[in-house]
Amino acid sequence: MAPFPLNLTELLGHWPSYIVYLVIGFAFGYVLEIAGFGNSSKLAAQFYFKEMTVLKVMFGAIIVAMVLIFGATGLGLLDYNLIYVNPTYLWPGIIGGLIMGFGFIIGGFCPGTSLVSAATAKLDGIMFVLGVFLGIFLFGETVGLYEDFWYSSYMGRFTLMDLFNTGVGPIVVVVVIAAILAFLGAEMAEKYIGKMPLAQFGRWRYSAAAGIIVLAFVVLFIGQPTNADKWARMADEQETRIENREIYIHPGEILHLMEDPKITVKMIDVRSETDYNIFHVLDAKHIPADQIQSYVGEFNLEPANTVFMLMSNDEETATEAWRTLIAESVPNVYVLEGGVNNWVSIFSDKEFVTSAQVPDHAADTLAFAFPSALGSRSPAADPNPDVYELEYESKVVLELKRGPASGGCG
Amino acid sequence: MTTLNPNMERNLVTAANDAAGETQAKPYVNPYFAAILLGIVLFLAFFITGSGLGASGGLNRILVVAEDLIAPGHVDNVPYLIDMAGGDRNPLDNWIVFLTLGTVIGGFVSGWRNKRIKVETVKGPRITRETRWLMAFIGGTLMGYGARLARGCTSGQALSGGAVLSVGSWAFMFAVFGGAYALAYFVRRLWY
Repeated sequence: MAPFPLNLTELLGHWPSYIVYLVIGFAFGYVLEIAGFGNSSKLAAQFYFKEMTVLKVMFGAIIVAMVLIFGATGLGLLDYNLIYVNPTYLWPGIIGGLIMGFGFIIGGFCPGTSLVSAATAKLDGIMFVLGVFLGIFLFGETVGLYEDFWYSSYMGRFTLMDLFNTGVGPIVVVVVIAAILAFLGAEMAEKYIGKMPLAQFGRWRYSAAAGIIVLAFVVLFIGQPTNADKWARMADEQETRIENREIYIHPGEILHLMEDPKITVKMIDVRSETDYNIFHVLDAKHIPADQIQSYVGEFNLEPANTVFMLMSNDEETATEAWRTLIAESVPNVYVLEGGVNNWVSIFSDKEFVTSAQVPDHAADTLAFAFPSALGSRSPAADPNPDVYELEYESKVVLELKRGPASGGCG
Repeated sequence: MTTLNPNMERNLVTAANDAAGETQAKPYVNPYFAAILLGIVLFLAFFITGSGLGASGGLNRILVVAEDLIAPGHVDNVPYLIDMAGGDRNPLDNWIVFLTLGTVIGGFVSGWRNKRIKVETVKGPRITRETRWLMAFIGGTLMGYGARLARGCTSGQALSGGAVLSVGSWAFMFAVFGGAYALAYFVRRLWY
């Protein structure tokens, strides 16, 4: 498993881990200040094409961070699945962005830069911060009026790679080249509109531009690890868990977990549609094993108290799906012990179990002949936990979630 | 020795200027250099913690503390606020609060080291200080409102989400620049 990001809470404890954020924030504030972002006239100049510092610093920081991040994920040092990628709510984002753009040019700051401005005793910065508080307050009071819109056009963890249906490498290269072209354009504006001598930016910037383009091509060249690559890195450790049967959960424990209000059990049925239609456990979601990987983004956004329970007829297909999800760092994934066949034999009446049993059923096929496609209408699909006295060994242990569930503005 | 060491001489001059209140603020750094530094900070934030930078979330939680002190019953009735401060939840028990605190301290320390801490109002030549304060307040209100609506500000959404290639963050970033450019001409008297 990729060593980064770190599980700070586990390493340092709950409150001490916040010191790391304090240090990162310090560096952030320091850099914003030395860039001149505490000064509103420097920020506003961007929108009159006189001085393009905002564009250079923002877009420049984005491409530097992007190349380093995807270089690190490509080398297997960093796990992209554990990184917070702002979920896309397209229209609220665009409308909110436009309002912020108006606020930017009227007020001269954005929230982060106004903090730095206020910290250096600029009175306009302090007024802006007070305005931000009022704006946030007004939002809290009014969002209830249009909540449907606020939750609309949700696309989940939706990246440029998904949008253009391509890999990370080509996107990184294109974004870097677009940024360099934008810097060229910005310097033209500074030269002709801002009447600024460009020599002050130093000749080294040409080498830096060449350097980041080379790095972008390196990212393209090393590529990103596939699911099989990721599994290969952790196979030793995880295959032992399979052999020790640590991942197989007795139906009794599942019933118990479903009763627990602090835990959400997501049952995932990875069998064929036919088998699913014949019989499935109530509330089990049908995701065929070969499609499970496309749900990784969604699963990783679930709260930390979610347990994913995979099931196939026996255990084989579900275990394969388990490997796929574990390789993608989905937390708290388990497999139903003995599969659906075991579930049916425990929770159906004795008569059905003996009469409907298929003799010598092939591996990972249904072991029972149902009279018709019952789906979840069979009594065994929704057993009453109070009726069954089942003995089992508890195995589910909730993992502390690595990587945050919310972004810097949540 | 009769001649002063040049370093010492400079220190004396600076000290004299300080005494006379003529502190010279140091110039801002090269924007490309700042970009590289900011990029490295952003990368380290993702690399170590798994999330990027942000600011409005921290301000939000600080505001909620105030609201919870003034009107706890109100906080418990607004779904948007319950998440942060409902019942016995502590809205300050969140990493973003500490990041925001660090940002303020970092900005202050840099301003202090570079002699840029000065009580002043930065404004265009044609408007009064009072107009500038009012405009900053109005702009801040729009920013704060928009940042919550868009689920992120320039740092948490555009910078952080942009670097990890979120589609929504890129759309948001173009919207911010688009909004500011669209209005810039009409408010040019505020700045020039």
